[in-house]
Amino acid sequence: MQQSACTLKNVKKVFGSIVANNNVNLDIRRGEILSLLGENGSGKTTLMNILSGIYFPDEGEIFVNGEQVTIRSPKDAFDLGIGMIHQHFKLVDVFTAAENVVLGLEEKTRFDLKKVAAKIGEICDKYGFHVDPYQKVYNMSVSEKQTLEIVKVLYRGADILILDEPTAVLTPQETEKLFSVIRNMKKHGKAVVIITHKLHEVLSVSDRVAILRKGEYIGTVNTAEATELSLTEMMVGKKVELNIDRPLPVNPQKRISVSGLNCKNSEGLPVLTDVSFDAFGGEILGIAGISGCGQKELLEAIAGLQPCEEGSKIEFIAPEDETPVSLLGLSPKRISQLGVSLSFVPEDRLGMGLVGSMGMTENMMLKDYSVGHSIFTHTKEPHDLAERIREELGVVTPGLSTPVRKLSGGNVQKVLVGREIAAAPKVLMTAYAVRGLDINTSYTIYHLLNEQKAKGVAVIYVGEDLDVLLALCDRILVLAQGKVTGIVDARKTTKEEVGLLMTGKGGDK
Amino acid sequence: MASPNREPLVRLVKRSSIPLWQSILVRVAAIILSLLFSAVIITLITKLDPVKVFTSMYNGAFGLELRTWNTIRDMMLLLCIAVGLAPAFKMKFWNIGAEGQILVGGIVSAACMISIGDKLPTALLLIVMALISAVAGAIWGLIPAIFKAKWNTNETLFTLMMNYVAIQLTSFMVDVWDKKGSHSVGVINQTTRTGWFPPIAEKQYLLNVIIVLALTVIMFIYLKKTKQGYEIAVVGESENTARYAGISVKKVILRTMLISGAICGIAGFIEVAGVSHTISVNTAGGRGFTAIIVAWLAKFNTFTMILISLLLVFLDKGAVQIATDFGLNEYASEMVTGIILFFILGSEFFINYKLIFRHSNKGGKA
Amino acid sequence: MTLASFISWFTGAFVFGIVIMLGCVGETLTEKSGNLNLGVPGIMYLGGISSLSAVFMTQLRVREMIAEAAAVFVEAGNRAQEWVPETGLLKFLTQPVTSAITVKGAEASYRVFFDFNGWIGVVIAIVAALIGAAFGGLIYSFLTVTLRANQNVTGLTLTIFGSGVANFFGGSLNKLAGGVGQISVATTSTAFRTSFPWISTAFGKVSELLFNYGFFSYIAIVIAIIAHIYLNKTRHGLNLRAVGENPATADAAGINVTKYKYLATCIGAAISGLGGLYFVMDYIKGTWANDGSIESLGWLAVALVIFTKWKPINAIWGAFVFGLCYWVYLYMPQGVSEILAELFGVQKISHLQSLYKMLPYIVTIIVLIITSLRKKRENQPPQSLGLSYFREDR
Repeated sequence: MQQSACTLKNVKKVFGSIVANNNVNLDIRRGEILSLLGENGSGKTTLMNILSGIYFPDEGEIFVNGEQVTIRSPKDAFDLGIGMIHQHFKLVDVFTAAENVVLGLEEKTRFDLKKVAAKIGEICDKYGFHVDPYQKVYNMSVSEKQTLEIVKVLYRGADILILDEPTAVLTPQETEKLFSVIRNMKKHGKAVVIITHKLHEVLSVSDRVAILRKGEYIGTVNTAEATELSLTEMMVGKKVELNIDRPLPVNPQKRISVSGLNCKNSEGLPVLTDVSFDAFGGEILGIAGISGCGQKELLEAIAGLQPCEEGSKIEFIAPEDETPVSLLGLSPKRISQLGVSLSFVPEDRLGMGLVGSMGMTENMMLKDYSVGHSIFTHTKEPHDLAERIREELGVVTPGLSTPVRKLSGGNVQKVLVGREIAAAPKVLMTAYAVRGLDINTSYTIYHLLNEQKAKGVAVIYVGEDLDVLLALCDRILVLAQGKVTGIVDARKTTKEEVGLLMTGKGGDK
Repeated sequence: MASPNREPLVRLVKRSSIPLWQSILVRVAAIILSLLFSAVIITLITKLDPVKVFTSMYNGAFGLELRTWNTIRDMMLLLCIAVGLAPAFKMKFWNIGAEGQILVGGIVSAACMISIGDKLPTALLLIVMALISAVAGAIWGLIPAIFKAKWNTNETLFTLMMNYVAIQLTSFMVDVWDKKGSHSVGVINQTTRTGWFPPIAEKQYLLNVIIVLALTVIMFIYLKKTKQGYEIAVVGESENTARYAGISVKKVILRTMLISGAICGIAGFIEVAGVSHTISVNTAGGRGFTAIIVAWLAKFNTFTMILISLLLVFLDKGAVQIATDFGLNEYASEMVTGIILFFILGSEFFINYKLIFRHSNKGGKA
Repeated sequence: MTLASFISWFTGAFVFGIVIMLGCVGETLTEKSGNLNLGVPGIMYLGGISSLSAVFMTQLRVREMIAEAAAVFVEAGNRAQEWVPETGLLKFLTQPVTSAITVKGAEASYRVFFDFNGWIGVVIAIVAALIGAAFGGLIYSFLTVTLRANQNVTGLTLTIFGSGVANFFGGSLNKLAGGVGQISVATTSTAFRTSFPWISTAFGKVSELLFNYGFFSYIAIVIAIIAHIYLNKTRHGLNLRAVGENPATADAAGINVTKYKYLATCIGAAISGLGGLYFVMDYIKGTWANDGSIESLGWLAVALVIFTKWKPINAIWGAFVFGLCYWVYLYMPQGVSEILAELFGVQKISHLQSLYKMLPYIVTIIVLIITSLRKKRENQPPQSLGLSYFREDR
């Protein structure tokens, strides 16, 4: 058996009223890759943030190399040889790679970036990757930034490495490269922890798997003895067949037609290239893709929040009326004034879909506060609507005027989805509608979407979980690097096919 | 290396909410503590009996009817500016430029009094003055807002610079109007009193009170009840949400700064036409900065601003009185004001966070 | 323009520039830690008044001590007389002689001390300014870093507090010294205005332009250079910049964000405070005036931080440019002024003075606009400027 590098005993962490980690026990060993598996919101990241000194545990003990330790700050963690690669990179944009690497180090030698660059070169050679030490971070791609993060941790001589969802932003090729680097580290006797919720990755790279569910520690198993099914059961608690209803579309009619859509981001780089598709009323169109491949921009372009290049076409076809209405270049207000009822549940719920400091009532009028000629806002209708949503969707809140920021993630999403559906839309777009929600709330959301589908609404569902996409949607559009690589029938396709399309390779065949 | 099993002595946790009475208690405690602290300082420096000092302060602010009215007059001026700043700050637009907006409002008011003072009836003249000073203040506020809206130019620094441009502009106008070469305008229309606020019910400053309280009420309703006020709140919370809701962020920034600047301009008009009847580089007198603190501490609630303005003006008047009574220097007031504000600012911490001491359990301690 | 007036414009701008350069370099250091301290004017006030009152009170105390010592001498002389014979020549000689000796002695020791005192005063003034100003920085850091109060509001309050304290004590010192404008620490001020020997005259006009300023001016420039090297060439400078750009990243990298913010703010305040010291000791020659001039200089220092794009090395020439702008009204060629006066419809050319004084602010606004237009990453303010940091925020 390998030597134990780090042990957590009965760790507990509470945020306000939410228990993020409860009674967690974990054993991290040298020369081994440990997967920390759990759904979104199961407390994986919180747990590792405790280990890397970002959070301080409310209860529990931590041992490193057999000695009990207190980790008060990231610096303590570094001194103990613990290095974490965060999902949201902790890099200073205006610094060069080398500057980021030496950041915070208290070396006794003279400050010399040339030497740093040389040492970075050595590390890169040893594990087989490439970093330009003089490149500014703001000029780097996502995978370059991640490589830099890994170099940063290795430079500090960390021998316990924690990677938080490292593959979320990578293509399969980049992922494979990363895994080979990780295996290399294992060979060099490092202890590696990978936080993930992707089962196939767990099975392909790790030696053991520790599972968390809703903050509770479920157990650790050897990967060799585990199967996707057994892991899923541990992860979700009971065996959950993704038993999502999928009625056949009734009388699908073209509702949204997009063709030749091109968009650029604020830096002038293309984020959507020549996107064309139709969405039909009465069906759910799924959009799959690695995160950051243009999903957000696509929905925002339709909603009138993202400027598009000339020549792009976005049209809405009303159910009764055959003449298409062009939505291109219109503001959200203008779109609704044209009578186009378009609902949008954005990814960033509190930063875009809702106003965190306002209560439910005030949030209800966010999109239609300006209706009518009075200079004053309405008070009765939003209040009634809030009351209705609270009852129908079972929103748990101390009061309708409690700032929605203080509600739990699931309740926040219920408020947002509830409001968007209440607008009786013809088109409903959702981005990562179930991210961070528990199973029950997720099913509530699926059910609501199906209801809308039955009413003849064109539903566009951007998701990250392929299983859900395959079970819920009628058709799936796959985006890779801002391009449509395929539109497939969700009833006939396979996970592998969609996965391949997501890499941008599938279209070649 | 840290010794095992020792958690830090004190840790911070963000509060999710705090009962209203508790938050009021914290603030009142802060003010009392700060007054005690100031008393200790005053005693140490001057060796005077602090009770006598505070009695004298009270006398200075409310001792005579005249003094009470002066206190009210200054309070209204401060309140007016804070009310003007409220919408901008609620939008998270750091309008540090009230000082300049007041001055340009004052300049055009003075210009009216000097040039057309004898050509219009009083009521009409005052209305004209109010309008054009509002326009002048609005323009001064709009310039940084345009750049903020268009290129996201840092408004804190921009509005700050605009203050000094306005000060030099004032100094220039003073030179132009100054007939004696004394680098001051002197009291404008001293004999004719044209363009001065007329006394109402024999109270010289009643008109000031009426105008400012009206603005206070209107602004309260504007921010809480109107669609535009709602838009301001949304933009202040998150520009993304505003875009999502179909609010034109640029338009709201421009419109709000127009209103903010206009009210500050009117404050300049009140100062010139209703209080000092002159214009100088000291017309704003730092009130533009103090009002920022008033608006901030009141959390943009214009009625709370009344109390905070009163507290600050009370301190100011009181300190001037101490200065005359005990032969001290009137700048003591700024010092004491600073101390009290430090305490109030610090007390916000105990409303937003709670401390958890080692070995104490979840409950913690405020 | 004559050479003489050019020289006086140049030197005026130089001395003026040093004041705001110090304020600016200190504030740059502070802002690099992510703290937008709008208390610079207050801090410069604190620096100025601390140095002035420390030197003044020391002088007062020394004068008392010498007077006491002299009194002891006189007393001793009188006692001595009682010992000499009742009559005779000796008696006749001793009385005036002893008095004369004691008086002369006291005067001499007083002089000797005060010639020397100039330099003692310099040390006392610098130490006092550093402590006084750093104290202002400490209040600011405690409120914004530890108690997470809003930075803008705290800074403005610090300006109110600083100017209150300074003018309160400034007024009191004037009273102690016998009336408004009476306070003076001439010897210390003279010491501050001592330029380096030889080089200050050796190269004729060049020396007059460049080497004829008080020694502290050059120390100030050295401070700016050191700040530049610190920020760009050292490990700690790198860490500090990271704290201002992205405190969460700095924290995750093991940098003690709180410590850096505190130190940068307090040391920055101390340097800004030296600007106040320089203003009091060199610029207005060791006197005090409650005219708010330090405050307007403090805001110019804040403007200069923007103008220099947060780079202390630029402050050296930037401050000088501001100085040239500030004094340009005195030296503008008659012809130009006449054209401008015509243009603005101004009757007297002297009225243009205020318009010229707008120049530094307008230039700063233009720089601010241009940097926001060009969006060059390296020229932007530190990214987390104005925001407080709480590690467990989520």
